[in-house]
Amino acid sequence: MKPIRRQRLILIVLMVAGIGAGVGFALKSFNENLMYFFSTTDVLAGKAPPDRLFRLGGMVVKGSVQRPGDGLTVHFKLTDYSKEVAVEYTGILPDLFREGQGIVANGKLDGRGVFVADEVLAKHDENYMPPEVKASLKKQAAGKPVE
Amino acid sequence: MALIPAPVVRFYHRMASPPHFYALTEKLMPWLVAIFVVLLAIGLYGGLYLAPPDYQQGDSYRIIYIHVPSAWMSLFIYVMMAVAGAIGLIWRIKLAEIVAISSASVGASFTFIALVTGSLWGKPMWGTWWVWDARLTSELILLFLYLGVIGLYNAIDDKRTASKAVAILALVGVVNIPVIHYSVEWWNTLHQGPTVTKMDKPSIHVSMLVPLLVMAAAFKFYYLIAMLKRAQLELLQRERTSAWVKKMLAEQQ
Repeated sequence: MKPIRRQRLILIVLMVAGIGAGVGFALKSFNENLMYFFSTTDVLAGKAPPDRLFRLGGMVVKGSVQRPGDGLTVHFKLTDYSKEVAVEYTGILPDLFREGQGIVANGKLDGRGVFVADEVLAKHDENYMPPEVKASLKKQAAGKPVE
Repeated sequence: MALIPAPVVRFYHRMASPPHFYALTEKLMPWLVAIFVVLLAIGLYGGLYLAPPDYQQGDSYRIIYIHVPSAWMSLFIYVMMAVAGAIGLIWRIKLAEIVAISSASVGASFTFIALVTGSLWGKPMWGTWWVWDARLTSELILLFLYLGVIGLYNAIDDKRTASKAVAILALVGVVNIPVIHYSVEWWNTLHQGPTVTKMDKPSIHVSMLVPLLVMAAAFKFYYLIAMLKRAQLELLQRERTSAWVKKMLAEQQ
């Protein structure tokens, strides 16, 4: 390689590496702001803003969905498999909302520590399979002895 | 340089010669189109008809066969554009500059398709058209990078200078590519994690995966076709005063 070309190559590599490092540090320092939602553990640890709207993400706890009255209000609990937060929501839920499903809710905490949501989005997982495969997986899981 | 076998070096040098490039792509074109059409037909038939519905999303997941290959292409083409730009910068090869700028509009189209199909998929599944999470935002930035490359190229009259400016912009933007790919792992996002491109076994049933990969291959061929066609046009415009173009035109008339 001719010296002038080698020089240009080195210059380009340095430029890309430098920008990469710069953006890396910037993203690292904005890490908190880039999180789309808080986990339930974060909320119970007091990391979420107390008087502002924020998003809460987690799995809907199985058996926790209740509909008091006949309105659109629904109560359920969210979990990250370590801590649970109670959520209250009035409105239409997305099709994928069901127990055991991941969701992201936008709202704020009230005085009782209940998260009052005014928007609920479903977060689907990265698994794709035919219904028969899911059914047989369930059967296998059910057939396993409880540890 | 000694590491690269001589025939490869010869091929590379010949590809860098404009008349040779033009003639070769002209010869390749019907084959590329034929392969693209066959792959697209197989992929669409497999994805829309043969693949089973999803256990959760039913038939609406089928938009994956457009959305995911487009999103892959948006990243792949960007890398190709940046690499071609770097080759143009270092070795001052005119054809590398042309390949770089010809990739930009194809990449921008795929990015746009990925964003629109993602939005259409998001509404029924997530419950929203758009959220400002890390994955969606970084993909939108990618679209702006492509548009910036196209705009910058057209703003500068001298196309050799324009190519240098564009290559630097493309190389600066490369930092966005790993950010897009890893956004769903580094941060909490509404967009789900990777399904196919992860170290573990893909979390998609094989009957659904095969049409997806066929579609991805079809899109690669579409990129080649669209990029080479644009490159041919760009080449003719840049070389319109040269002997080989004049000779070719005279032969055609």
